Amino acid sequence: MAAESGTPGAGRRLAVLGAGVMGSGIAALAVGHGVAVSLIDPDRQRLDAAPASVDHQVRTARLMGALPDEAVPGALVTCPSLADLPTADGTAPTAVIEAVTEDADAKAKVLAEVSALVAPGTPIISNTSSIPIDELALAMARPVDLIGTHFMNPPYLIRTVEVIRGTHTGEATLEALRALLAALHRQPIVVRDAPGFVTSRILHPMINDAVRVVAAGTASAESVDGLMRGCLGHPTGPLRTADLIGLDNLVDSLWVLHRRTGDEGCRPCDVLLEMVRAGHLGRKSGRGFYEYEGEQA
Amino acid sequence: MTTSSNQPVPDSSTVQADMLEFLAKRTGTAWAADADVFGSGGLSSLFAMELVVHLETSYGIAIRGGDLRLENFRTVRRMAALVDRLRQPAPGGSGGSGA
Repeated sequence: MAAESGTPGAGRRLAVLGAGVMGSGIAALAVGHGVAVSLIDPDRQRLDAAPASVDHQVRTARLMGALPDEAVPGALVTCPSLADLPTADGTAPTAVIEAVTEDADAKAKVLAEVSALVAPGTPIISNTSSIPIDELALAMARPVDLIGTHFMNPPYLIRTVEVIRGTHTGEATLEALRALLAALHRQPIVVRDAPGFVTSRILHPMINDAVRVVAAGTASAESVDGLMRGCLGHPTGPLRTADLIGLDNLVDSLWVLHRRTGDEGCRPCDVLLEMVRAGHLGRKSGRGFYEYEGEQA
Repeated sequence: MTTSSNQPVPDSSTVQADMLEFLAKRTGTAWAADADVFGSGGLSSLFAMELVVHLETSYGIAIRGGDLRLENFRTVRRMAALVDRLRQPAPGGSGGSGA
């Protein structure tokens, strides 16, 4: 579908690698703002489910008044292989967003592949909640093209985006990302590289502590969240936030922080590990600290 | 529940009763038909889309375009009014259009 004037993302095509919670959420944000998206994932089942998930999220965004009234939705193309990327719909991507699982090796592998496929100067954006961008840059053919984002979930509702500038990130890459985020009506806050950057470095050990408080029997999950909301102005409470992040992703991120900072407060607590082992991953699995029966992620 | 053109169209009060029952079951709380379900102490606004999907599948309607506004789902009475409107034979075309 051709984007029209008045549609903020007109003329752009974004490649999103990974059709999981964040990949499909970022794709929905882009589609809702008129940006054409190629969504790439080798997992056939996840890829097949992606168009419905993206459509559901675009409709939710519309419902919440989170999309500009004039936006004509961008086209969504799904492909199973990175090799299809340069020609997915006959045009080169304006930018690539890598949103595969929060695992440094998995991200490095995909970044190495994609940086060999796209034209030099194409911004490659790694969406990560905690993995240092300088570490991921080692896998890149051109580290100057790499920059980090940490979109919050759901990306279409949360307007502020943490942007991580690595040591080697070029000025042009940063400016291209600023322009993309402006087209998506997101507000970037640029920070330097570090494990967990700012938000995860502060939030994830805090959630870990909230789980310990519940495990110690001091208060229920509802009470912890109620106090954090009512007394401290937290919008959802740490445990409902954990359910939204996904407890598996949270554990992965805590391990990244623990290994790289040595901070024992970042070692995932036993209850969190047990819940992940039991498959209680939060909203996306229907159960975490709360029940989500019948809700679509 | 499935619906088709030769089935009786549920009137607004039936839709209201169904929705009150659905909300009570999903939230564990009884609601009044004109209570703001997203107001203080109410539901997460992310739950709104669940209401949309429930209304679509229960009453065979498609809620699209300009009808996708939180205001239409704020109370059970408004939800029933929307169902009523979208189930009317469309004079000169279908109701929801546009992006």
